[in-house]
Amino acid sequence: MDRMDRRGFLQCAAWTGAAVAWTMVGGVPSSRLAAAEAADAPAGGFSFVQISDTHVGFKGQANADATVTLQQVIDRVNAAPTRPAFVLHTGDQTHGQKAGAFDTVAELLKGVRTERTFYVPGEHDVFLDGGKEYFERYGKGTVGGRGWQSFDYQGTHFIGLVNVLKYKGEGMGALGDEQLDWLGRDVAALGTSTPIVVFSHVPLWAVYPQWGWTTEDAERALGHVRRFGSVTVLNGHIHQVLQKVEGTVTFHTAMSTAFPQPAPGSAPAPGPMKIPETEARRMIGVTDVRYVPGRGTLAIVDSTLG
Amino acid sequence: MRPLGIAFVATVALVLAAPALAVAPARVDIKDFRYGPTELTVPVGAQVTWTNHDEETHTITSATGTFGSAGLSHDETFTQTFTRPGRYAYFCALHPQMKATVVVR
Repeated sequence: MDRMDRRGFLQCAAWTGAAVAWTMVGGVPSSRLAAAEAADAPAGGFSFVQISDTHVGFKGQANADATVTLQQVIDRVNAAPTRPAFVLHTGDQTHGQKAGAFDTVAELLKGVRTERTFYVPGEHDVFLDGGKEYFERYGKGTVGGRGWQSFDYQGTHFIGLVNVLKYKGEGMGALGDEQLDWLGRDVAALGTSTPIVVFSHVPLWAVYPQWGWTTEDAERALGHVRRFGSVTVLNGHIHQVLQKVEGTVTFHTAMSTAFPQPAPGSAPAPGPMKIPETEARRMIGVTDVRYVPGRGTLAIVDSTLG
Repeated sequence: MRPLGIAFVATVALVLAAPALAVAPARVDIKDFRYGPTELTVPVGAQVTWTNHDEETHTITSATGTFGSAGLSHDETFTQTFTRPGRYAYFCALHPQMKATVVVR
């Protein structure tokens, strides 16, 4: 934490209301209302969408049917002027691996107008069977069939990490030696000007360790990517937008499409928040990320249903 | 009248004996990401029932793998009978910071 403090990191919580666009220029973030941003098509760049924490199978006071709100988010993505190059699903597709939930999510996501969807698991997707069903469905094309992966898109290097399989102890995420070693090899040959996007379910920074909202060996992962000029870390798990900038690394957590959770420490415990439906719609949504070459800029736009 | 009187005495004796013979059911309540009580002591043969009062799903997962529930949604329950003495540590597989123990004597 010392080093982060010296660098004077900026932590912003964008909760609700109008969507907020985040633009990174030379490590300094600025924000503005997303309404103006939404009309900008990326000139020569591309955009992609992050969908997170769909929790299909959840039914409760916080959301009568998570399937309905996921469909509404997909409709919103499809209505946007820019077609996303691909979708990143950052985990918790299902709520507690409810029977049939993986099928439902797969069927709904087929409706997104995009080329393909990349996945990393959340703890809800793997806790019952150690990931057996998840890896049967999504392990193909990942390292050793174990879920972690990297790919390049128009000069940007994307890295998907799995931090929910060693999900014990104090309830924090963990990556493990094997994955960390792979990560080191994966980025070894890349030039420092290559933009890096890292995505995983549990935040790769200490959002609130008391609730397990951190990854115990994240610092080792970040050690492999700090030399790059632009690193964007996209996570889910906490069902709210939080952002932190640390040197050239921007951390961002996405909203859930199913239900919000309390701000860190603001409630006796985390978990689905019971709030009026009109309010809830302003706390669930989707993240749109745009990359414009040559500007060193990744703009992250969170938009809500309400 | 005499046979009736004997029947009455016999019934009273049965009712009085029942609590000593059967093991009373024990319960653990899950609320705000905590098991309550965090340490529950029961006699051998006791049935323990967990009830999840949270909206979030929780599990009862033995630390040694000897027993375990699936994900419990709101108001769902899980029951386990303990037939041997010992300390049975368990946690929630979704929120492993939630920990508790059943002590069987």
